[in-house]
Amino acid sequence: MKLKYILAGAASIAAISSASFAAEKITVVSWGGAYTKSQVEAYHKPYIAKTGNQIVSEDYNGGLAEIKAQVEAGNVTWDLVDVEYSDAVRGCDEGLLEPIDASILPAGADGTPATDDFIEGAITDCAVANIVWSTIFAYDTSKTSGVTGIADFFDLEKFPGKRGLRKNPKANLEMALMGDGVPAAEVYDMLSTDEGVDRAFAKLDSIKDSVVWWEAGAQPPQLLADGEVVMTTAYNGRIFNAAAGEGQPFEVNWDGQILDFDLWVIPKGAPNKETAMDFLVFSTETEQLANQASWIAYGPARKSSGSLVGLYSDGKTEMAQHMPTAADNLGNALVNDFEFWADNQDELNERFAAWLAQ
Amino acid sequence: MSDVSPTGPMLAADGTPLKKKLAQALFLSRVRAFGLVAPLLLFILASFIVPIMTLLWQGVHNNTYEKYMPQSTAVLAEWDAVSAPTEEMYAALVADLVTARETRDIGKVATRVNREKSGTRSLFTSSARSAAKMETPFREALIDKDEDWADIEVWQAMKIASLSLTPAFYAAAVDYTYNADGSFEPAEENRQIYVFLFLKTFAVSLAVTVCCFLLGYPVAYLLSTLPMRTSNLLMILVLLPFWTSLLVRTTAWIAMLQSQGVLNDIFVTIGLTSDDQRFSLIYNMTGTIIAMTHILLPFMILPLYSVMRGISPSYVRAAKSLGATNWTAFWRVYFPATIPGIGAGALLVFILSIGYYITPALVGGQDGQLISNFIADHMQKTLNWSLAAALGGLLLASVLILYWIYDKIVGIDNMKLG
Amino acid sequence: MALPIYASTGERIWYYTFRVICACIFIFLITPILIIIPLSFNVQPYFTFTEGMLKLDPEAYSLRWYADIFRNGMAAPDAVEGWWADMWQNAQWVRAMKNSFFIGFFATLLATGFGTLAAIGLSRSEMPYKGLIMSILISPMIVPLVITAAGMFYFYSQVGLSQTKMGIILAHAALGTPFVIITVTATLVGFDKSLVRASASLGANPVRTFWKVQMPLILPGVISGGLFAFITSFDEVVAVLFLASPEDRTIPRQMWSGIREQISPTILAVATILVIISIGLLTMVELLRRRSERLRGLTPG
Repeated sequence: MKLKYILAGAASIAAISSASFAAEKITVVSWGGAYTKSQVEAYHKPYIAKTGNQIVSEDYNGGLAEIKAQVEAGNVTWDLVDVEYSDAVRGCDEGLLEPIDASILPAGADGTPATDDFIEGAITDCAVANIVWSTIFAYDTSKTSGVTGIADFFDLEKFPGKRGLRKNPKANLEMALMGDGVPAAEVYDMLSTDEGVDRAFAKLDSIKDSVVWWEAGAQPPQLLADGEVVMTTAYNGRIFNAAAGEGQPFEVNWDGQILDFDLWVIPKGAPNKETAMDFLVFSTETEQLANQASWIAYGPARKSSGSLVGLYSDGKTEMAQHMPTAADNLGNALVNDFEFWADNQDELNERFAAWLAQ
Repeated sequence: MSDVSPTGPMLAADGTPLKKKLAQALFLSRVRAFGLVAPLLLFILASFIVPIMTLLWQGVHNNTYEKYMPQSTAVLAEWDAVSAPTEEMYAALVADLVTARETRDIGKVATRVNREKSGTRSLFTSSARSAAKMETPFREALIDKDEDWADIEVWQAMKIASLSLTPAFYAAAVDYTYNADGSFEPAEENRQIYVFLFLKTFAVSLAVTVCCFLLGYPVAYLLSTLPMRTSNLLMILVLLPFWTSLLVRTTAWIAMLQSQGVLNDIFVTIGLTSDDQRFSLIYNMTGTIIAMTHILLPFMILPLYSVMRGISPSYVRAAKSLGATNWTAFWRVYFPATIPGIGAGALLVFILSIGYYITPALVGGQDGQLISNFIADHMQKTLNWSLAAALGGLLLASVLILYWIYDKIVGIDNMKLG
Repeated sequence: MALPIYASTGERIWYYTFRVICACIFIFLITPILIIIPLSFNVQPYFTFTEGMLKLDPEAYSLRWYADIFRNGMAAPDAVEGWWADMWQNAQWVRAMKNSFFIGFFATLLATGFGTLAAIGLSRSEMPYKGLIMSILISPMIVPLVITAAGMFYFYSQVGLSQTKMGIILAHAALGTPFVIITVTATLVGFDKSLVRASASLGANPVRTFWKVQMPLILPGVISGGLFAFITSFDEVVAVLFLASPEDRTIPRQMWSGIREQISPTILAVATILVIISIGLLTMVELLRRRSERLRGLTPG
């Protein structure tokens, strides 16, 4: 309760004197909803308590457009932003983000140096990952049972009914190929060929008439709850929160899951760069990352946090098995290939839009 | 007065010729009138016209490559786009890659070339990483790093990107590709989308205009024939939607039309359909057209009403007394008189619906992707601002043509609100 | 147009059919707006009438979604003390409401000031290039919003106005001016020029004439133009989508993400409040229009 007051006080002062930039006030921008809540609980509150600095938390919808506008205008108001992998790399290449020196990251709680402690790929030139999330497919167990794997998602005969898919080629093409029997390891090789792309689209075409398209992460649990769809792809954390938090009978099927990172970046010319960096280092320490996992089912980006992951905030659900990175869930898992999408997204976005409009 | 010769010019009180004085006075009053308008004109120019112009300029001008790869641009300009790339071109490229890597601009260049040829982005970023260590001959060094550098198509893509003033984006906006040799060819069939979208946008706008006309005409007629007091009262039913927020009305339609919504519940209750076979009225074309018609209907009713108010009822009575049937009197006498109102309303509705963005995006689902949504997407998600500018330029051109027609037919001074 | 006594049966049938058709169209126009009002009091998180609501069971109605408007985003919604300050500073909808009024107020001020001056200039017969200038000044109403917003986003980013309240105010002022020009010009159409001459002949200078003679007569037009400009800004979402930083979100922007992401009845509650605001504004404009017509000696109507 006390912490809440401090946060409230910080925010109210921020709102009153939004023009004056006290040195120790930073603006942290993230995706909103349950995800921002998990960060506030696990990172912001302990940081405020420890340093007395203030944090203003803002929501956004992802993408680089706002950062680009701020940087190019020389009018940067954001200090730290939670972005997707593709945006982190692209923003870095385009000079929109401050480079981050990985050597300032502390070693893990068990003494492993940071560069080894973080999962491979979690530290880039301009970004440090905090969580691993994944795109999975889920269904309502009270209406559907006997789902074995990703192939069932595309099987309208065995499981008739609508499917929810994200209105974006990313993840859909990969899942289509895996649903068509391509092993995870070969997916991107196959997508690099024209035949592979054709095959993925053909698979999507087979369920196109039954698809309900979603755009925001909050929609899939809603679609399932309303009975609009029988199965849907979704971000695993959202399904977990609906299941564990609201008691919905949803189940995640981990076959063919696609893993991805969310990373902290600092926009170039951020007003409180030093404090933002300090917060970044603090929030990606072993303990904070492990704590976040008790608020949302996203895996910590540090290996040393894994063993510390405990119970969900309801005090009874064991979190470890709900992590995308849990050994049981990695049977047929694909790691999102940023390079592939950076190279091909223009073409595939157009083709996807054309396919959708047909 | 006597010393003024009768043939001389008439003079004003201070002795200047009256003609000159009058011209001065007229000039002054023109300046004064203009002075009143000038602040707003400047404001609109600075805050509205100039921003749009700068954006449109992006549609034909993108100097990303030229700016960050100056040496390579110079040698590419002399290349014929057919012969094998020379060592000089490779050398210039390596030199540029090194600087662009240092200034952290390589990503912008890579993104630009990747728009011309998919798959070249990583080629640029990864080669730039090792470019500083490369030595002569650069051709071998680069091809050693990645054999795609021997691919002439990559070089052709670079040549297209190196032309700052380019028709490439407008070509892309009409589903054509611009080649390095200056020719155009249709884009691959499965990537053609924009022409279809433009046509779809026009079709939706036309459908909405027709719906608005069909619903608006009877209402306007009724309002214009009722006594003033009653019609003023009923007019509130037209004006309230007009004054209600667009998002409120869109929300309202979602509540009405969704499968668990009010209309479907009514249909189930009266037995029109069963509980598990509810109609899909929203997140498709039906929903888009219903919601857009509702939102734009007042723009049709108001001009129609003001025209119909001006038509004297004696015309129809005269026609009838001359033996015309009700239908003839309406069709031959009354209807032609309302055509200016129809023109004004229809053009206004069509112009407004052609640029519609919010409602299709919220209630259109898969079918709701109109050209405006793609412009917004390219501005905000893919960051392909030049393509957005080209699409916007085409959309703007069609709207301005309609606006010009509207001005000719109706005259913008005659626009009325409420 | 009452039915004459000599009307034939066919005419009678058509007369009543026509009225029924028009009634249906009026229902189409008004129902969606009215229906959200009772729905926003639904105790259940559904968008339809529950059985309890139809039976007028008081337990089926609640103010929970209205409470949610004020609680959403608060740091400590259940705290006893300090909740007012907390709500004022942190509740998302309250913040959006403050932004909307702030931006709307200044945009209206700019649009009305510039627009009124320009309308007076444009209505003078000696105004040069009238047609061209008029079509430029009206164009913000015609150009598709997405192009306007994209252009402003691009240009304002370069001059440091994007992601600021100032940028949105300028954008909304530009979008609002056509409405001011149209309404003020309309009041000036019936303006009797001899009044100005009379005032001048009685010794008033042009400034005094403007404030004492012209202004009182066109004031109703200016105010309704201002209200139009305000509602334009208050409603506008596309420019806000492009130009606003998260902390500058307005009500429509907040509704937009609400509808896109998680459509809860809270949106209906907000919508109800907005409908009431619209009714208030509409009433004001109607009263002003009548007053203006009375002042100018036109028949009321």
